[in-house]
Amino acid sequence: MNIDFFGSLPLVAIWLALGAIGIVIQAFVRNNTKLVFGYYVGTLALTAFLAILSSGAKGSSFGGMIVLGGYAAYFDVLFCGAGILAMLAARPYLDRLNAELDEFYTLMVSAVAGMMLMAHASNLVVLFVGVELMSISFYVMAGFLRTDIKSVESALKYFLLGAFATGFLVYGMAMLYGGTGSLDYVEIGKAVSNGTATYPMFLAIGTVLMAAGLSFKVAAFPFHQWAPDVYDGAPTVVTAFMSTAGKAAAFSAFNPVFAAIMPDGVGGITDTMRLALAVMAAVTMLVGNITAIAQTSVKRMLAFSSVAHAGYLMMGIVAGTAYGHSAIVFYLTAYMFMQMGSFVIVGYLEREQGDGSDIENYSGLSKQHPMLAAMMAMFMFSLAGIPPFAGFFGKYMLFYAAIQSGYTWLTIVAVASSVISVYFYLGLIVKMYFTDAPGKKTTFATGTAGFTIAICSVAILLLGIFPWLLTNIISTW
Amino acid sequence: MPTSIPLDYYLILSAVLFVTGVVGVITRRNAIVIFMSIELMLNAVNLSMVAFSAYSGDIAGQMFVFFIMAVAAAEAAVGLAIVLSLFRNKQTVYVDEVNLMKW
Repeated sequence: MNIDFFGSLPLVAIWLALGAIGIVIQAFVRNNTKLVFGYYVGTLALTAFLAILSSGAKGSSFGGMIVLGGYAAYFDVLFCGAGILAMLAARPYLDRLNAELDEFYTLMVSAVAGMMLMAHASNLVVLFVGVELMSISFYVMAGFLRTDIKSVESALKYFLLGAFATGFLVYGMAMLYGGTGSLDYVEIGKAVSNGTATYPMFLAIGTVLMAAGLSFKVAAFPFHQWAPDVYDGAPTVVTAFMSTAGKAAAFSAFNPVFAAIMPDGVGGITDTMRLALAVMAAVTMLVGNITAIAQTSVKRMLAFSSVAHAGYLMMGIVAGTAYGHSAIVFYLTAYMFMQMGSFVIVGYLEREQGDGSDIENYSGLSKQHPMLAAMMAMFMFSLAGIPPFAGFFGKYMLFYAAIQSGYTWLTIVAVASSVISVYFYLGLIVKMYFTDAPGKKTTFATGTAGFTIAICSVAILLLGIFPWLLTNIISTW
Repeated sequence: MPTSIPLDYYLILSAVLFVTGVVGVITRRNAIVIFMSIELMLNAVNLSMVAFSAYSGDIAGQMFVFFIMAVAAAEAAVGLAIVLSLFRNKQTVYVDEVNLMKW
């Protein structure tokens, strides 16, 4: 068994920092919230740094179970960045609710560790462990405000439906294993594209079940119903983290899996599956966007819009080409910043006004918080896919990838549903800029959450104006 | 290598157990019973894994089963804690009474 220590450094660093040192700090140092916060932010920064260092070390490690460098290293950086941004936003949010416990940061880092494992996975066992490490951390984080019935309710729904979906996912893995006799992506991919599977029927069943598991993890039709409730009930900073990094992790993990089990140009059953995924993507976008129109709570509206964005992202998997995969990476990056930024703003206003996620509370925001309103408007434009923001280029790449692979009808549906989505994104902007505030509001400092919002808005501007910053990195993989 | 019982028998048993679990999740209202049904689904998968592993002479499937069992235990710890905190807040474990948000 070969172990590439240099390439595995980011994984090793986060495991050691979390499992060996972090737990000891928490066990022996009292009143340590500030220390733990600083320690874990440092951990994630170090891990991201190591991932950048080792990004050139391509190959595999741990007996071929883990892939290194390039794609995986990029996602390491993305997840660590998301973790840091979410922690910065979480500190003032939890402090205000008197719920700032150091376990929160531990859970967040363990979720990041799970995501990194998912991005590095080259074997179904590693994928399974990564998915579960992330999901179990999310179940606890969703119910973190344990005396708040809404938070507990969202944790219960997330847990029951998540564990249910895990059953399907793992049954799919068993079927893939039975069909091809291997748990390794490369071996499975070979068996599929050469048509040498021992039991082709099990392979087909496995593909369907994996698609069901994917659709749950990214909140796509037909398993999207949990998303609005969970995202609505969970503490807003947790929603900001799990609706962005969680979705990015699921796509980063399933992208190589689907590249293996549905290779381009094999025909037969894989074409049928591809068509089924295309239909799933189309329905997901339409359902997400149409339901979002009817929402009166901004938090819930964003939750439905995140369902719709899962649909756009699935277009990249449907296309199945290298260009489609790089489109997914670009859009995931853009989506992470814009969705996280808007949820953090929602969380900030909620802090300020009690239960402030109702759309009426946003009227006249441009007068009370001009900066905040401007950034929220920017995130909304980006989510709607209006240039010059990052969301536009992400969508452009995804739509182009789908057209290249002959899914013109899917692109037409996607464009139509984007147009629908403009209605509610711009509706919020109109509310913020062209209506008057009902009363005077008190102002709190944004605290460290201000950094998160600022970094997110700078990132979507940069990626929107200079998209080649990222596409150049992607093209080196 | 077991040869007396065909592979299909194991797989059919496993599928039946899995479907029983799915039906349990969909039809029951008690969160604990739903959770038990989910455990049944995972154990049905374990059976399939072990059967495939034994018939193909490849050890990887049996190794996977250990991971599934460990993860199921971790999930049980978290899941029961969530149900407990639900009971403390609402004095119920029935999912249809937990409807603050639209299900």
